[in-house]
Amino acid sequence: MTSTQRTSFPRQGVRETAIAVKTRFQSASDVLSDCLEEIARCEDKIHAFNLVLDNQARQRASEIDDLIARGIDPGPLAGVPVALKDNICTREIATTCSSKMLERWIPPYNATVVAKLQDAGAVIVGKTNMDEFAMGSSTENSAFGPTRNPCNLDYVPGGSSGGSAASVAAGFVCCALGSDTGGSIRQPASLCGVVGVKPTYGRVSRYGLIAFASSLDQIGPLCVNVGDAALICEVIGGYDPRDSTSIDEPFSGLLDSCDKGVDGIRVGVVTELLAPASPDVQAAFTKCTDKLAAIGAKVDEISIPELSYGLAAYYLIAPAEASSNLARYDGVRYGLRVAGQDVESMMRATRSAGFGPEVKRRIMLGTYALSSGYYDAYYGQAQRVRTLITKAFGRAYESFDVLLSPTSPTVAFGFGAKQDPLDMYNSDIATIASNLAGHPAMSVPFGLGANNLPVGVQVMAPTLGEAVMFQVGAQIEGLAQ
Amino acid sequence: MSSDSLEGWDLVIGLEVHCELDTNTKLFCGCPNSFGDSPNTNVCPVCLGLPGSLPVLNSRAVDLAMRIGAALHCDIRPSRFHRKNYFYPDMPKAFQISQYDAPINCDGWLELTTGKRVGIERAHIEEDTGKTTHLGESGRIQGASSSLVDYNRAGVPLVETVSAPDMNSAQEAKDYVSELRAILVACGASDGKMEEGSLRVDANVSVRRSGSKELGTRCEIKNVNSLKSLGKAIEFEAARQIAVLQQGGTIRQETRHFNEDTGETSSMRSKEDSHDYRYFPEPDLVVISPDEAWIGGIRSGLPPMPAERRALLGSKCGAGSPGTPSSNQVSTVVAHGLDALVLGALDDGADPRIALSRCANEAVARVDAALHLAPTSFSRLVTMESVGDITATQSKLVLGEMLDEVDQKLEELGGSTGGFGGYFEVDPEAIANSKGFEKLDNTTLARTLDDIVESNPGEWERFLAGDEKVAQFFVGQMMKSTRGQADGKAVISLMNARRDKKG
Repeated sequence: MTSTQRTSFPRQGVRETAIAVKTRFQSASDVLSDCLEEIARCEDKIHAFNLVLDNQARQRASEIDDLIARGIDPGPLAGVPVALKDNICTREIATTCSSKMLERWIPPYNATVVAKLQDAGAVIVGKTNMDEFAMGSSTENSAFGPTRNPCNLDYVPGGSSGGSAASVAAGFVCCALGSDTGGSIRQPASLCGVVGVKPTYGRVSRYGLIAFASSLDQIGPLCVNVGDAALICEVIGGYDPRDSTSIDEPFSGLLDSCDKGVDGIRVGVVTELLAPASPDVQAAFTKCTDKLAAIGAKVDEISIPELSYGLAAYYLIAPAEASSNLARYDGVRYGLRVAGQDVESMMRATRSAGFGPEVKRRIMLGTYALSSGYYDAYYGQAQRVRTLITKAFGRAYESFDVLLSPTSPTVAFGFGAKQDPLDMYNSDIATIASNLAGHPAMSVPFGLGANNLPVGVQVMAPTLGEAVMFQVGAQIEGLAQ
Repeated sequence: MSSDSLEGWDLVIGLEVHCELDTNTKLFCGCPNSFGDSPNTNVCPVCLGLPGSLPVLNSRAVDLAMRIGAALHCDIRPSRFHRKNYFYPDMPKAFQISQYDAPINCDGWLELTTGKRVGIERAHIEEDTGKTTHLGESGRIQGASSSLVDYNRAGVPLVETVSAPDMNSAQEAKDYVSELRAILVACGASDGKMEEGSLRVDANVSVRRSGSKELGTRCEIKNVNSLKSLGKAIEFEAARQIAVLQQGGTIRQETRHFNEDTGETSSMRSKEDSHDYRYFPEPDLVVISPDEAWIGGIRSGLPPMPAERRALLGSKCGAGSPGTPSSNQVSTVVAHGLDALVLGALDDGADPRIALSRCANEAVARVDAALHLAPTSFSRLVTMESVGDITATQSKLVLGEMLDEVDQKLEELGGSTGGFGGYFEVDPEAIANSKGFEKLDNTTLARTLDDIVESNPGEWERFLAGDEKVAQFFVGQMMKSTRGQADGKAVISLMNARRDKKG
């Protein structure tokens, strides 16, 4: 099947591109043209984008070139082509969440991260496909059709940030932003063989990120290497007065951490997160930990039994918050409206037509979990589990600097392979705990598993522990080569 | 319904009062909090609940809420927000951010002017909804041909004060709302305007056999837009419930709508149809934990409350016991925060009765301007009236023009009067002069009266014969001849003197 053979490859990284543009080795316009050509060549097979901003991007690139010609530094991301997951609001540019509900909705404002990227000189190339409202692990739940994995077009790219992961893996852009509520950056990064980072909850402003589950959502980068991801985190992170849950702590020095090595670093392998992984993933993962130990890390196993309740707790808390966050799509003010006899039937018709089956399933789950009489048994209990998990992590981090696991229990799977929702939910088994605890975690590609598809290693760290996370992540990246 | 029908029954009333806080901006965004602007002009992504927007709490609103709590003798506690989920077109996010299990203020009390204390269960912060206008015959969402929504009010900060079911008559409920209103104004938390919806009242009403300790099933009455309506709604509802019980029926717990036109309440929805609000903690906001210093500052910075101010003003005016007209005037003046005006006039030695009357009758009707009228200017006006330089009628006209001038000056400030706390001096003598008001001496008046009597001999005869009604004819004629400068009382006494002289 030649059509499924890999034909597109990641392009040069963020930092290399910015340097090339700043030193006038390559103009921002030329960088962008390369990207747009690659998109023109492969996008119809991959479908990473919901929207490619051809003209706006060209204009922006030439502005960057003008600045450089006038001797003005456009910033650390000078001329770097970036893609945005389509749940990140862009002013005057459609932001759909890959849902019919918002198919024609155009935000009047920019998300904080968009403004920060633009201020740093980035060129926004397009909006990437995703599972509808970020609910899913394969990007099959997009109302606009699935995205294909650039590593092998017969396989899903993971999700929900599948379009972002694919856009980087296919070399369409140097970097993409995704959002991660239960693994939605790390799992597609793992399946597509790129680096994906979920920062500490509150480190990157959520202002302008269309909410799925507010207490779990976090924006982060998908990049071709660990250092680039560190740089992007520094650019998009930091305190934002528009987000009340934003952390007022400096978010810098991450790039420096990448060069520190792992000598003496205590690495814990979480047995509960390793056990569910398939043999090929386990084999790649073990190779990684062996190599880490060989370069001086103190690798040991740790059991955190509380984590086995994570998935259940997550699938109560996330749908509960989603049922409330998605209630605003009622046809009254914006987005889809399907006419009805009266207000109630209009709302009913709109929501019936506008949401796909997975979104409806989670709204139903969440509505049930919050209902009077059930609240304490479901939502209340799930919050108690969340506290237990956070405390258990706290104890683990007394003995370890970072914790490791495979990011995804398997390599990329085929389209339609997971028909049972619970099978699909299990894809997030290793990633969910970090969201529940609000901790940072990243996925770094390490070797290949079944069908020559990439395996990702997840590095987890305590709250605000990004420095040590990048420190270990960078070494894993080095060991993989 | 006569009060006789309450014989043998006790009324139990608890009130929920929503007060719009008088902040410059909304509760969770920077949009102006102002009433009466063109629809959907004071809106932004946050208060429209656009996808991706997030709330940021207005600290001024927290400050005002804490002031209300302090004034109502509440515990001020760490608090958090919950989402109250339900669908309605004027709710942009399809949930209201409110406080649920951890309100900022709880367990306080309010003392009525009668001395009775009404318990305050809680006074919590929440956001207001937009405003829907239903087009069509019903005027309600059912059967509307279309509906228009104005989101200017969406996200305006509210404090909802929930009383204990401690009131036992419509009058007590009205007294409670009057006193709460005066306290809210005194705190600087609200302008207290019920007619603009700054203050909205829901009444929980139940009845029980006199002497019974058990509470009856309650009904919640909505759409009560004035004190008068509150009294009517409670009286109607109590009589309805008693009639049901007397006929052997039972009261269904339900929400009832008060119809201003008919004075009746009707069922809106029963308990069974009521929403399951699916409350859960608002994940986009953090806990408010005011420290002791903040709370202490609020408590010690609280201005004098209405009860204290009424006592002061009453004693200075020599007002009598509760119920006398002047004590009502004292309450009115204090409730509108105009006591400074009267006290200023009293300090200048003005007649307390006149000062109180002008303030309670005329100034209160134009409270926005009156709050910015310099007490010295008011005092000069009262003095002009009390020494007889102008008549009461003229005095009212002059005061009206003085307040016009204040309005004009406020306008010149650019309409942003919300934060302006200063006074404007206005010269009452200049206004009186410009209108040609000057004191008419008795000789001039007597000469005018002579002329009128000569032209109307028949009427004068009737007056002499003891026809009291015809006296008003002469007062009217005198007013006409003097272009309103004659004082009615002076005319009557001149007429009496003329009659007695002839007699």
